[in-house]
Amino acid sequence: MEILFYIAATVTVLATLRVITHVHPVHALLYLVVALIALAFIFYLLGAQFAAALEIIIYGGAIMVLFIFVVMLLGPLAAEQEKSWLTPGAWIGPSILALVLLGEVGYLIAVGDHPVTIVAETQQKAVSIALYGPYIIAVELASMLLLPGLIGAYHLGRRISREDR
Amino acid sequence: MLSTPALVLAIVLFGLGLIGLLSRRNILYMLLSLEIMLNAAALAFIAGGARWGQADGEVMFLFILTLAAAEVSVALGIVLQLSHRFRTVDADALCELRG
Amino acid sequence: MLKLLWLIPVLPLTGFLVLALCGDRLSRRQIAWVGCGSVGAAAVTTALVAADFFRTFPDREFYQQTLWNWINTSGMTVGISWYLDALSLLMVAVITGIGFLIHLYSAEYMAHDDGYARFFAYMNLFVAAMLTLVLADNLLLLYLGWEGVGLCSYLLIGFWYREPEYGTAAQKAFIVTRIGDTALAIGLFILFTQFTNLSIQQVQNLAVEAWPVGSNLAMIVALLFLIGAVGKSAQLPLQVWLPDAMAGPTPVSALIHAATMVTAGVYLIARMHHLFALAPMVQEVIAVLGLVTLLLAASSALVQQDIKRVLAYSTMSQIGYMFLALGVGAWSAAMFHFLTHSCFKALLFLAAGSVIHSLHHEQNIFKMGGLRRHLPWTFWTFLIGAAAMSGVPLITSGFYSKDWILWSVWSSPISHRWIWFGAVFGALLTGLYSFRLIFRVFFGEARTQPAHEPGLAMRVPLVILAFLALTVGFLEMPHTLGNVTLFSDYLSHALPTTELLTGIDESSEAREQLAVTVAALLGIGLAAFLFLPGSLFEARRSGQSTDHPSVTLLQGGWGFDRLYDRVFVRPWLSLTRNSHDRLDRGFDWLAACAESCHGWMSHTQTGHVRWYAATVAVGTLVLLGLFAM
Repeated sequence: MEILFYIAATVTVLATLRVITHVHPVHALLYLVVALIALAFIFYLLGAQFAAALEIIIYGGAIMVLFIFVVMLLGPLAAEQEKSWLTPGAWIGPSILALVLLGEVGYLIAVGDHPVTIVAETQQKAVSIALYGPYIIAVELASMLLLPGLIGAYHLGRRISREDR
Repeated sequence: MLSTPALVLAIVLFGLGLIGLLSRRNILYMLLSLEIMLNAAALAFIAGGARWGQADGEVMFLFILTLAAAEVSVALGIVLQLSHRFRTVDADALCELRG
Repeated sequence: MLKLLWLIPVLPLTGFLVLALCGDRLSRRQIAWVGCGSVGAAAVTTALVAADFFRTFPDREFYQQTLWNWINTSGMTVGISWYLDALSLLMVAVITGIGFLIHLYSAEYMAHDDGYARFFAYMNLFVAAMLTLVLADNLLLLYLGWEGVGLCSYLLIGFWYREPEYGTAAQKAFIVTRIGDTALAIGLFILFTQFTNLSIQQVQNLAVEAWPVGSNLAMIVALLFLIGAVGKSAQLPLQVWLPDAMAGPTPVSALIHAATMVTAGVYLIARMHHLFALAPMVQEVIAVLGLVTLLLAASSALVQQDIKRVLAYSTMSQIGYMFLALGVGAWSAAMFHFLTHSCFKALLFLAAGSVIHSLHHEQNIFKMGGLRRHLPWTFWTFLIGAAAMSGVPLITSGFYSKDWILWSVWSSPISHRWIWFGAVFGALLTGLYSFRLIFRVFFGEARTQPAHEPGLAMRVPLVILAFLALTVGFLEMPHTLGNVTLFSDYLSHALPTTELLTGIDESSEAREQLAVTVAALLGIGLAAFLFLPGSLFEARRSGQSTDHPSVTLLQGGWGFDRLYDRVFVRPWLSLTRNSHDRLDRGFDWLAACAESCHGWMSHTQTGHVRWYAATVAVGTLVLLGLFAM
């Protein structure tokens, strides 16, 4: 079990290093996605299954997609860059790291019975109860944070389209 | 059992994020570094929660997720505005607010 | 219907809100409808309430309505609550009735003004505040209305704010009345600390129980209330603001500075009459103040050149009569004079306004003349007003009210004979200055060519007010003439009846009345002799200049402006302009220090995001290090 953790940790650190050192935004994003998946795997190993799922869905999915949109909007001419971005060198690194993670997941499935699942089921209920019990005010605050986020994003995005016209 | 190495990993990731934030001048990379730092914090919470068997760690993770979503949506809007108005994503070039 | 009482102040307030919030979007016609309509609706509501009130009147003397608690803390409960009795109903009727007529008049008078909506907004707010003042059940609410009318007076005097002089006049009125308001506030504080209660009726009952007649506290509180009343009603020594207040539009002068607001002081004293009865010395002060003011103002009115300033001084003089009546304990007589005065003085101001209107804003009476033929409506209504003011016997209301006051002064046990002589001399002066105005403005040859006669919206209020100025007096007639006591019977449910000296019979009353009548007629005759164009004296005097020192003194209102300027304004200004102030230097040093610190700190503001991020990181590390230690 511990060896799985160390492999995933190595993958995370390597991918993160590439994120902050890479020059192409799309490459950096690919590495970041790998890092996030590795992190999700670590969450799973730590017994936080729900958090692992959310990490992949929201971080690896939604937030990274937002980033990619912005990168595409920022690029002076997307088509020209597309060529240089999609060279084999660009995706070979991330895919190797992702393969390592895939191997780990395959191992976990093959082994099947492992202790974390039992711990996790009880813990998940506790999380929900805590969230809507003692943390209810924090939930309200989070909703108050999201609303200005929504309005701010709407406002900032709208101004561009008006100026374009 | 895994908590201590997980905390070490969180520290390493946080440090990497901070280095990225301070060394890169492209705003987009600075945002990516911020995401890394947020993830490091989330990992620290999860590790703590796992160590003590408490639900609070995961609750905090959820809040960090919410925070990140709000932050990213606004920050990326700002990035688009900046690149649209100043034709640059260099954070150092945008220093009109100097005292 | 009595339940509708709360609507009476709320209707003008609604009008104000509508005009203030969306006055720009309404057409002039709509503005006039909202402005007049809200006050008219208040007048109709008053009629309904009054009808219901009179159904059960002698049995039920007052009606109280509490809307909600305004302030409710431990030891202090103040409600938004109204109190309707004979006295406040009289005030409300005058405010809404005459107020409506004046609003109607303004709809035409102000028709070409840019600030049409603003004007009606202020006027409606004024009416709402004035109604709050007279209907208030507790002293705090009364104070709210008191300040509200002061504010509206300020806003309307400075209505044409582009003229710096008008702004100065508005500030003068505001600051001078503020002196009185402060005294009134201190009086409220004392009452509250003594009785922990602010309800007008309860406080007075408690005061009557707790304080013996002539006790120090009663004297102090009564004196403070008197100062408040004196400031609002432009009596000596706070009278200097009223002549300057004529800077406002003429309907404002009619409504605020003649009919309603300036009589708020009279209302206050009448409302707190139990308190003043505890302080007989203060009552004497009121009588003397009233007498001196009425003589000073009447003599100043004799020599003014501006038609509105003449009327302003005459207002001061007539309110002086009311104070005189209050001072000798003739409460009902004071309120009766208030009623007749608000009819004939509003009429005089509105008629003067129509003169000014047709002469293109000419106010100097030496440039008028011969308007009798050109403006017949204005002339006849003005004549009725002037006759009522000077007390032409039998047919005018002013005669009956002034006669009542003078009879009370003559026969009151707490008065002196010389006060009566002074007041009768004042009546002579009143006839003199009122008819000087008539002869100057409407007789002789025309010096300025007038435009057309005013339209219907201005003529109707003039005619109604003229009718009232003639007939209101028949509500109360003396023993010798008909003996009608409608008004005093009505007010006897709210105010104590006047005490008279025993052993005065009808023949002495008839002789006293004859003296008053002769004085008034003598004044009018003297005016005809002195000022009627074509008369002997007028012809001989016409070539002489009028800048004799005594005339200048009178024109400046006996030099009070200059006195106050010397005693208060200039010393204060020289104190503030002291450039060697040690304390100032300390503050200067503080400012310089802050400025240099700012210059130093602003170097950290590089504008670079990464620099900020680095400082945050370093700061966090330092804090963590501190915790670790």
